[in-house]
Amino acid sequence: MSDKELLVTKIREGTVIDHIPAGRALAVLRVLGINGSEGYRVALVMNVESKKMVRKDIVKISGRTVDEKESNLITLIAPNATINIIKDYDVTKKMKMKVPSVIEGLLRCPNPSCITNNDPEAFTNFLTVSESPLLLKCSYCETIIDEMQVVKQVL
Amino acid sequence: MPRALLPKHIISSLDLDRREVDTIFDMADEYEKKGRVSKELSGKVIALAFFEPSTRTKNSFESAVKRLGASTIGFSSSEGTSVEKGETIADTVRMLEGYSDMIIIRHKFDGTAKFASEVSHVPIINAGDGKHEHPTQSIIDLYTVRKIKGHIEGLNFCVLGDLKYGRAVNSLLRLLTKFKPGKVFLVSPQQLKLREEVKSTLNYPVIETSSLQDVIGETDVLYVTRIQKERFADEVEFEKVKESYKVDLKAVEMMKRDSIILHPLPRVNEIDRKVDKTPQAKYFYQASLGVQVRMAIIKYLFGGLK
Repeated sequence: MSDKELLVTKIREGTVIDHIPAGRALAVLRVLGINGSEGYRVALVMNVESKKMVRKDIVKISGRTVDEKESNLITLIAPNATINIIKDYDVTKKMKMKVPSVIEGLLRCPNPSCITNNDPEAFTNFLTVSESPLLLKCSYCETIIDEMQVVKQVL
Repeated sequence: MPRALLPKHIISSLDLDRREVDTIFDMADEYEKKGRVSKELSGKVIALAFFEPSTRTKNSFESAVKRLGASTIGFSSSEGTSVEKGETIADTVRMLEGYSDMIIIRHKFDGTAKFASEVSHVPIINAGDGKHEHPTQSIIDLYTVRKIKGHIEGLNFCVLGDLKYGRAVNSLLRLLTKFKPGKVFLVSPQQLKLREEVKSTLNYPVIETSSLQDVIGETDVLYVTRIQKERFADEVEFEKVKESYKVDLKAVEMMKRDSIILHPLPRVNEIDRKVDKTPQAKYFYQASLGVQVRMAIIKYLFGGLK
């Protein structure tokens, strides 16, 4: 078995997330709320060669699909990722991804004086002000965060 | 609750359109003509939730409420309230909305007023939230300009001082998006420049400079704010910039004869007291207009257009 085959072994049912920027596979799992305790078989490949991206990460999750909301959240850290839903070893659905216009709860406002960091009932709510480059604005204090800050937070 | 029935709040200057601002200005003129006395809101109770200390804003709101015939409840600092015992802002707002018909809120945290508006079923007026906004101050500011100059369009504004943390500045610059100002100069030390998130919401170009001298001769409205010592890591650095942003008689001499100087107050040393006697000094007049403007704002939220 070659290295390549080892890395891309097919899954029967689940989700394959490809073209993740190198080093961000763990962040993708975080966005999906997967930490290993759920029992899913997860294959995580980091820094493999890619024609398009030079280096990329791949995540394969057996027995779990990804919904539209989750796919959209993944665009925040992996804007060019592809998400394929697998059934009986075949791709049954390619998720269409769109940067969400509102991101609720996932992120933290970096402004320590923001109400969301100071009241247990005030949950974060970011609005997308630019998709590329990614810029999100806290809808309470208007602090703007970029893609790197999002990745850092998710990791 | 259907959208049309939701209360209208004033959280940011951007919440108001031009027609609404003009209506508030006209209503303020009317209240002035009537000697700032009206009983239109008799029987209403308005909560003044000042989690952060305030002199001018709280007193002028209180005066406005009483002059409209309504009464007030509330507090002027977190001390002695259930907030000190650990009550959340959300719970405090829920309690106040049960006791009142409107909540006027000031808090040190950015975004508190917006958060309160999501919890409350009665209108919320933002009386200052951290470094974010102070929209009623900006309505007073431009009302003062209209009173003195007769119009706002085409005038050159120069906003001086702490543009990074000044909430009154943010609201003023945003309210100016409803008018078509001439040139807008932003004069501040490098470390206190206007934040990008505010600048990106403006619909007119701004000219940023660190030299007041360069632009003061072209200015119609000079808006001075306090340079806050506590923002500087290095006191020597503060001492250096402090003097260069002081408006003294020499600076006033460089101004147009019919230009005006405004300040949201409190003033510390950024305007020399000798300037108070010059015809350009309008900041105390500006403060005196606060009551009629706040009467108009409160009444407007209770259905002033009907």
